[in-house]
Amino acid sequence: MLNVGKIEEGFVLDHIKAGKSLDLYDHLQLDKLDCTVAIIKNARSDKLGKKDILKVECNIDMLDLDVLAFIDHNITVNVIKNGIIVEKKVLTLPGQIRNVIRCHNPRCITSIEQELPHIFYLADTEKEVYRCKYCEEKYTETAKTNR
Amino acid sequence: MRHLMSPLDFTPEELDKLFDLANDIENNPAKYAHACDGKILATCFYEPSTRTRLSFESAMIRLGGRVIGFSDAASSSASKGESVSDTIRIISCYADICAMRHPKEGAPMVAGEKSGIPVINAGDGGHQHPTQTLTDLLTIRSLKGSLGGFTIGLCGDLKFGRTAHSLINALVRYDNIRFIFISPEELRCPDYIIEMLKKKGISYSEVIRLEDVMPELDLLYMTRVQKERFFNEEDYIRLKDFYILDTAKMGLAKEDMLVLHPLPRVNEISVEVDADPRAAYFRQAQYGVYVRMALILTLLELA
Repeated sequence: MLNVGKIEEGFVLDHIKAGKSLDLYDHLQLDKLDCTVAIIKNARSDKLGKKDILKVECNIDMLDLDVLAFIDHNITVNVIKNGIIVEKKVLTLPGQIRNVIRCHNPRCITSIEQELPHIFYLADTEKEVYRCKYCEEKYTETAKTNR
Repeated sequence: MRHLMSPLDFTPEELDKLFDLANDIENNPAKYAHACDGKILATCFYEPSTRTRLSFESAMIRLGGRVIGFSDAASSSASKGESVSDTIRIISCYADICAMRHPKEGAPMVAGEKSGIPVINAGDGGHQHPTQTLTDLLTIRSLKGSLGGFTIGLCGDLKFGRTAHSLINALVRYDNIRFIFISPEELRCPDYIIEMLKKKGISYSEVIRLEDVMPELDLLYMTRVQKERFFNEEDYIRLKDFYILDTAKMGLAKEDMLVLHPLPRVNEISVEVDADPRAAYFRQAQYGVYVRMALILTLLELA
């Protein structure tokens, strides 16, 4: 059994799909934070079989929940204060995401005008489809992993 | 201030008003001959499109307005590297309304976000060409009497043909329309359109041979197999002549069926069909001017 120490204030991201914690680490830009981060890979899980967990000792406000929800809205977010879980946040898919992913359509105006923001909107909640605001190109999982 | 980026920007009720106005312009052109006196339309065409550009210019001139603009990127400041956002800010100082065509998808939307004047998307790559769809809808409504209760066949390049996609998306808002998609396997309608029709419970079928369905159609929308949408010359040559409408096929159709085409045609409609009273594609081009006149008046709030 692996023991990782308790955190006093911060958040624990639980039920991350096994192997995805490093993607989350990059996306949440945790490398830029001067705080304790524990990455637990392939932990045993009744629900998922295997899962990853991220423990981050910093203020919850530092976390962009929209980005997190876009990556995987099934992740459980436990907010920790004084060493105990004070809140479990439910993630919902954001209606719009800005500059999180890039449009890879070579015919899109964003491919030539560099100053434009890359904005995607939620086009289909059921199928979790995001489309570029400008060219309506569908954002695919393949592009997601290549970001 | 309002722009036109997609045919769905207007509700069916707003489109009805727009088409009523277009029909009034058709019947009473003199009434509108000075409606845009003192107004300027800028046609910003970053890629050549004689037909659409001249249709817009004709529309503005028939309304008494004037036109400025450029007809390809080489003669615009884009060749010096100016962004669309900067160009439209400048154009906003010179004109009252702008029609923009751009090879990059979403460019007119970027312009609309920064513009001080209404922007009309006059075609952005393979994405949208809303005034073509408005033209198609006005033609159907004017010649068929309504926008519902018919079977429409869409034939040719249904994979890359943006005019066909736009028309389908616009027509699903009306009642009792049945779609028949006629295309080679390689150029079938994209899955997302088929899924959308299934979800909305709209009747559709997909066939390969045009002859098999001609007797069922109230409308036939022909499209060109566009060379520029292919990466491979060999594929283009193999598919371009797949569907040619001729008098023999027209002989199978209903007496009041109408043939529409966004034009230009290459050889998918034989010239002999032009004399058939059911060939409506040249009248369609005329309706394109009326609908652009109505659109200019509406966006300038002069209607």
